[in-house]
Amino acid sequence: MRRSLKLAAVVLSGSLGIASLAACGAKSTDNNTSSGSSSGASSVKVGMAYDIGGRGDQSFNDSAARGLDQAKDQLGVQVTEAEAKTGEAEADKEARLKSLVSAGYNPVIAVGFVYQAAVEKVAKENPNVKFAIIDSASDTQPSNVTSLTFSEQEGSYLAGVAAASKSKAKHIGFIGGVQSELIKKFEAGYKAGAKSVDPNIVIETTYLTTPPDFSGFNDPGKGKEAAQGQLDKGADVIYSAAGSSGNGSIEAVASKGKWAIGVDSDQANQPALSKYKANILTSMVKNVNVAVFDYIKAYKDGNPLTGVKNFDLKAEGVSLAQTGGFLKDIQPKLDAATQAITSGATKIPTTPEN
Amino acid sequence: MTSPNPPAKRSFASRFDGEKILLALAAPVLAVLLSVAICSVLLAVSGKDPFDAFDVMIRYGTASDGQVLTLNRATVYYIAGCAAAFGFRMNLFNIGVEGQYRLGVLFAAYIGSQVDLPSFIQIPLLLVTAMLVGGLWASIAGVLKVYRGVSEVISTIMLNAIATAVVGLLLIPGRFAPAKSANANAIQTAPVSESSHFFSIETAGGTLWGFIFVAILIGVLFQFTLTRTRFGFDLRATGRSETAAKASGVNVKRMVLTSMAVSGAIAGLIGIPELLQSSFYFGQSIQLNLGFIGISVALLGRNSPIGIAFSALLFAFLDVSGTQLPLHGDYPQEIVLVMQGTIVICVVVAYELVRRYGLKRQQQKVGAELAAQAAAAANKEVAA
Repeated sequence: MRRSLKLAAVVLSGSLGIASLAACGAKSTDNNTSSGSSSGASSVKVGMAYDIGGRGDQSFNDSAARGLDQAKDQLGVQVTEAEAKTGEAEADKEARLKSLVSAGYNPVIAVGFVYQAAVEKVAKENPNVKFAIIDSASDTQPSNVTSLTFSEQEGSYLAGVAAASKSKAKHIGFIGGVQSELIKKFEAGYKAGAKSVDPNIVIETTYLTTPPDFSGFNDPGKGKEAAQGQLDKGADVIYSAAGSSGNGSIEAVASKGKWAIGVDSDQANQPALSKYKANILTSMVKNVNVAVFDYIKAYKDGNPLTGVKNFDLKAEGVSLAQTGGFLKDIQPKLDAATQAITSGATKIPTTPEN
Repeated sequence: MTSPNPPAKRSFASRFDGEKILLALAAPVLAVLLSVAICSVLLAVSGKDPFDAFDVMIRYGTASDGQVLTLNRATVYYIAGCAAAFGFRMNLFNIGVEGQYRLGVLFAAYIGSQVDLPSFIQIPLLLVTAMLVGGLWASIAGVLKVYRGVSEVISTIMLNAIATAVVGLLLIPGRFAPAKSANANAIQTAPVSESSHFFSIETAGGTLWGFIFVAILIGVLFQFTLTRTRFGFDLRATGRSETAAKASGVNVKRMVLTSMAVSGAIAGLIGIPELLQSSFYFGQSIQLNLGFIGISVALLGRNSPIGIAFSALLFAFLDVSGTQLPLHGDYPQEIVLVMQGTIVICVVVAYELVRRYGLKRQQQKVGAELAAQAAAAANKEVAA
């Protein structure tokens, strides 16, 4: 009985193997490449690969999506979008980028630093295709990759100034999505800004996950729990740099009537979060949309951006949102800090001090 | 004895065998069909054409690059499935495969980046490191179970969380990660030495990982250990009934400790193909949730090395071809997760249904045989 079972298994696996051999000649990309290059001349086809959370995260990815939509409306480019899923393999990212390339999309924009290795690899294989990667740069990336980075520490510094000025308990909190170098820039700027107002302020810090677990950018439940913990400890202004996990922390903070500071998009104006806008003090807006639009426009105009293009406070790559007008009373303070940063008088650290 | 004539016996045996094969295949096939049906309904309800979506997946899965990706992914899933199945065969629910492989691959990546020996020493060294770390981490749960009676389900789940924290603690600049990273915004170990790279095969569809042969070897060893060694016999005996095994002289405590360690050691290898064949460092490219995928794969494959091979291939195909869905017609790739989930639920139900049906068939057959014998005996009596 067992022998016959084994026999059946062997026959089945054998037939599977033959089937795979038979198909070996044809690649999935074979029939697509020609059609892609011919249509490329008339209009630009932009391929966009989002980070986990994708369009609709009310934060980072949505900011990138706004840039893409703007390019679609004003520049008439064709677009296709795909997003990463939580816990996917590196090969999935490569396959996604390869599929975009083979379908004739050029340029291809990868949203988020998780794409760095995949972009480098696929860009080396396709030197004629332009790639952009947001939030990441590496010494080894080929010349057809453009990095679009931001001075998150500068915007976060202003958020820190606002938080410390508005905190009654002199106790504020920071929630980071994933304990990565990128999010540490947010933390460093925020802490430096808060301490510039009040050197003795108490600052809670919570990271939701550690790499390679990136679910901290996509888990409102974890964000809510962390915010709850910080509120219980006595913090009354909480800044979360955690993608869509921040939605959970904003909800928790709003239910206690304290101040939340949003991130990446103007979160008080995001449809899913506008019900909490009475409790959203401001948002540290990262104008990914500006970077995405500028990149596509430059490509279309025939002089693409190259190398590492950093968008800082001066270039309005980062800013504080004014929705709600809660910052009016401390505006002079913020203006002074902005002035000090853009003139170079204040240098903001990119790694937290403690 | 009342033995029927030989030719009749042979035909009966072969018929029974055919039915047994059919029954064994019926459950997984039924489960897959059912989940395809459920997903079709879901797609149709959300206004998409299910047949077109499956066509996208099958087209990618039959292209050579899709196949190479599927085989590479199946290599990883197979090892994960074996790690989980080894414990399951002894009724040990090692839910901690996830934490065991993360730690295993982290230490292997670190050692690989610090040591540069010739390949024939370096690669075994990294494999042994990963297995040792995975095995030791799993042994914590084993020791707790044997000496403190802690359920391994609880302890391994908790050890997963601790493993995540340990990775976070070690993977910071100056410890396992270099003080100055090449990639500004990501944290990762330095790349492993050139000599650590595992061989691969270049095909028309891309790079096929040589680690697939290691996975096959693991499967063969798994099968051999279970069916041809005393340890395997003890393991299966303990899995069927712990008290009976104890009564017949099996040292159950030692069995628990060793099988937990072996399960963890196999788990340690899960991340190695990615490390030694593709990304060469531990960082964001290391895939998560493989431990839990391994549990699903083992369940679908009925904890048998051959069954796991099929379920690993199926899961790999679904995952690999699922990435194509949003690019060809805006299908949600989450449908793949739904399909995998429903397959696992359906397969549990289907196995039970098929088992009951098989049992009934067997009873009927034995009943019919007995009746025939009784009738024959009665005939003889009448004749006499």
